[in-house]
Amino acid sequence: MTKLSIAVSAQDHQQGNPDAPCTLVEYGDYQCPSCGHAYPIIKRVQKHFGKRLLFVFRNFPLTQMHPYAEPAAETAEFAGAHDKFWEMHDLLYENQDRLDDAMLFEQAQKLHLDLAELREALESKEFEPRVRADFSGGVRSGVNGTPTFFLNGQRHDGPYDFNSLVEAIDRVLE
Amino acid sequence: MTAILTPGTVAPDFSLPITPDKKLSLHELRGKPVILAFYPADWSPVCGDQMALYNEVLPEFKKFGAELVGISVDGAWCHTAYAKDHHLRFPLAADFEPKGAVSKAYGAYHQEAGFSERALFVIDKDGVITWSHLSPILVNPGADGILQALEELEKG
Repeated sequence: MTKLSIAVSAQDHQQGNPDAPCTLVEYGDYQCPSCGHAYPIIKRVQKHFGKRLLFVFRNFPLTQMHPYAEPAAETAEFAGAHDKFWEMHDLLYENQDRLDDAMLFEQAQKLHLDLAELREALESKEFEPRVRADFSGGVRSGVNGTPTFFLNGQRHDGPYDFNSLVEAIDRVLE
Repeated sequence: MTAILTPGTVAPDFSLPITPDKKLSLHELRGKPVILAFYPADWSPVCGDQMALYNEVLPEFKKFGAELVGISVDGAWCHTAYAKDHHLRFPLAADFEPKGAVSKAYGAYHQEAGFSERALFVIDKDGVITWSHLSPILVNPGADGILQALEELEKG
């Protein structure tokens, strides 16, 4: 079974209880329709398990196929540097159908982020190393497409509809 | 499932079209590690697409000086359209005529389905297989096994 090679740490974007008995890691791409499909499901799963689940999101942009995946990932990291990662993560998925450069700045404005600073961060590729590090770690862990999920470090190869994820997490919690 | 060629075996040479008017022979790649990725078909669902993944991981393969070749029974025109659509930056060889001959030589042909298995081979600079892996048709094997094999190769 394929295992997560990079352990969840303080460097990660985490949501939920850090001491939860189950950690769900998603490797995702903001332009990937399947990830967009998984987004509301993950929200439901988080609600369902409450304090028993920690959710971690890591970048896995398929840049050759999705031209806005990389700038979107870097925009979320920029927001993260201003403690607004999850707000941006959610806005990007909620508005995924019209993802482009202008849309990224629009979301940044909604979050009251400095647009000039964002422009500079994207142009200088300030957050590219962070995104690359997530990607490389993902490849080493056997991420084979997006989204790829890991439950307590084990790759989840099954379907990721609500019921399947709940069942899989219940098994981990047992 | 078939039995694929195992480490220690000399990789069978082949010469297959990679475009409608250009062929690639395995022996041309001697001197470098080679990754052969047999896969069932072009145009499988996008986000979990194995070739699209390898396209992204290509810079990491290149760090080892390795050449990647994708192989399926699709024809050269199909490969061309698929590679263009997915912005693939590595060659796709057409094991088209006689159909699946190279896949069969590597033990990576699914007779009933009539296409290549999802099989991976890492070949050293002298043309000897050092690692191979057969994945169920529906499971994208990812790239971690290939990277580990390339690392081992570098260690010698």
